[in-house]
Amino acid sequence: MTATVPAGTRADSSGASPVQPGAAGLAVPAQMSLADAVEMGLVAAPGSAGSAGLAGLPVAPGHISITGVSCYYGSHLAVADVSLEVPGRAVTAFIGPSGCGKSTLLRAINRMHEVIPGARSLGSIILDGVDLNGSGVDAVAVRSKVGMVFQKPNPFPAMSIKDNVLAGLIIRGARPRGSAADDLVEQCLRRAHLWDEVKDRLKKAGDSLSGGQQQRLCIARAVAVQPDVVLMDEPCSALDPISTLAIEELMRDLAQDYTVVVVTHNMAQANRISDVTAFFSLAQAGQPGRLVESGPTGDLFSAPKVAATRDYIEGRFG
Amino acid sequence: MGPTSASAVGTPRAPLSERVFAGSMRGAAGGVALILAGVLTFLAVRGGPAMFAQEGELPAHATNFLQLAGPAAFGSLWVAVIALVVASLPAIGVALAATIYAPSPKFGRFLAAVLDLLAAVPSVVFGLWGLMILAPLMVPIYGWLHRNLGWLPFFSGEPSVTGRTVLTAGLVVGVMILPIMAAMCRESFALTPPALMEAAVALGATRWEMVRYAVLPTARSGIVAGGMLALGRALGETMAVAMVLSWTPYLVSVNLVSSGNPVTIAAFIASTFPESTGSQVGALIGLGLVLFGISLLVSIAGRRIARQGVTR
Ligand SMILES: Nc1ncnc2c1ncn2[C@@H]1O[C@H](COP(=O)(O)OP(=O)(O)O)[C@@H](O)[C@H]1O
Ligand SMILES: [Mg+2]
Repeated sequence: MTATVPAGTRADSSGASPVQPGAAGLAVPAQMSLADAVEMGLVAAPGSAGSAGLAGLPVAPGHISITGVSCYYGSHLAVADVSLEVPGRAVTAFIGPSGCGKSTLLRAINRMHEVIPGARSLGSIILDGVDLNGSGVDAVAVRSKVGMVFQKPNPFPAMSIKDNVLAGLIIRGARPRGSAADDLVEQCLRRAHLWDEVKDRLKKAGDSLSGGQQQRLCIARAVAVQPDVVLMDEPCSALDPISTLAIEELMRDLAQDYTVVVVTHNMAQANRISDVTAFFSLAQAGQPGRLVESGPTGDLFSAPKVAATRDYIEGRFG
Repeated sequence: MGPTSASAVGTPRAPLSERVFAGSMRGAAGGVALILAGVLTFLAVRGGPAMFAQEGELPAHATNFLQLAGPAAFGSLWVAVIALVVASLPAIGVALAATIYAPSPKFGRFLAAVLDLLAAVPSVVFGLWGLMILAPLMVPIYGWLHRNLGWLPFFSGEPSVTGRTVLTAGLVVGVMILPIMAAMCRESFALTPPALMEAAVALGATRWEMVRYAVLPTARSGIVAGGMLALGRALGETMAVAMVLSWTPYLVSVNLVSSGNPVTIAAFIASTFPESTGSQVGALIGLGLVLFGISLLVSIAGRRIARQGVTR
């Protein structure tokens, strides 16, 4: 079992707080045993809304146990009490109507929601035995283990394609040089299925590429910092069908090495690419979003347990 | 519906208010161009001949125009550059504090209001402050700089006992151009695409790393343009410099702390004009033309850099 900490060890990330279980590389046995038990399917995660139904999937590193997570924007409860098992080295899709909190929950996983003033989340999000949401864990360190790709491709326009891939390292003052840099760039661009298209113009600006290529560049940038998890918030919704296909193929491929969580509005896409699907919904606008049902994608789409899920999948929602 | 009314519909005339508005806009634009042309003509006609003036026709016993204009042009640029160096980092810092680092939007607005107030302080008040408060305060500091860093040309000469040096003048002008620079920086920082900041944060950037790699690169042209604008203002600053600076004619020196200081064009004109007559006044107007030329070049450079930033 991996007892290493997801939060890496960034020399400068600890900031003011002296000892952080996340950054110091300590094992967290109490949490690990629970997480392991959940992983092995021995116990259901406490408060689990729908059965995770992971028995068929092999236990893999990069597993995330979300337990009792609620997210607030100020006093507004946006996501209420979600418990969910996200299998490691697999694709998990979040589906549901707009405003049901998919993005909010996704951002809570790498604590991106903390950037918004007044936003906070309760509950635990345990990745390989460490609670990412724990009070002693540094958000900056979490983000270097849990990467994110956004709806609109956002390469750094002032950086070359090559520097964009290396951006995560450059930012933390660890820019690789010479052949080490070249190798890493090639490896990540190949990983993102982009190498053949850009290998002759690595010095060109990052925003000189097409939208689909930019999105793959952002994926290359995300994997260059060697995360365990890659979160994607509607990564294809700004792209044309052919680029979308390329990203979908890439997501399947990424799942061999990373835990992939993707928010999508596209039901067919969720069905095509994901191993597990989680369906969220909300009673009405302004009400908190909740997890309705989750399970292996095939089961959820062919035999949803909850009527609301079936209605949504069949397009009868709202 | 007669044919007359149909043709009236076919070629609609703008309503009167519209025509009055458009007309007055054109008039205003033409007026501005006319005033500029008038000023230029005045400078060229009255100041031009001074450039070929002989000994005796020039103020401060100068033998030729260049002897007067060269050192003063140097002095103007020197004070302006000192002011820019002094103001740049604080301006960027304050602008960051008012935007990215603001604990709340309210705090950002408060800081912006404080800067606007600073911009509203009259030049003569800054002059008094520099003369009466800042200059005496700087005397011991200049002594210390001379004793410890006297081997540098900036601090070599015997330090001033009044503190009314080119560095004091530069500091005063620096404070005066701080608001305009900070305002330009603030605007550029506020325009940083949130998506870029998110990109940096999602890669595990701390707040400062996000500023360094997402905010500053996008704002670079705005910062440079703000610097150029501020430089232009610093070049033209007259009153405060004339009050603070204790200068020597014809002097070209990079010394920051001694009592021998170059003069700026604007300060020279302001302090020499009252006792000048005839051809001497013409020479002062000629100096004005030189300053106008320098400011124009700085402003063109600033515009070019700002535009480059947009089209990049
Ligand atoms: N920055 C924000 N500030 C305040 N409320 C927000 C913010 N972002 C999202 N919300 C609220 O949180 C709820 C969930 O939004 P979101 O997570 O974006 O839903 P989804 O991604 O499923 O469409 C919505 O009610 C939305 O209004
Ligand atoms: Mg969303």
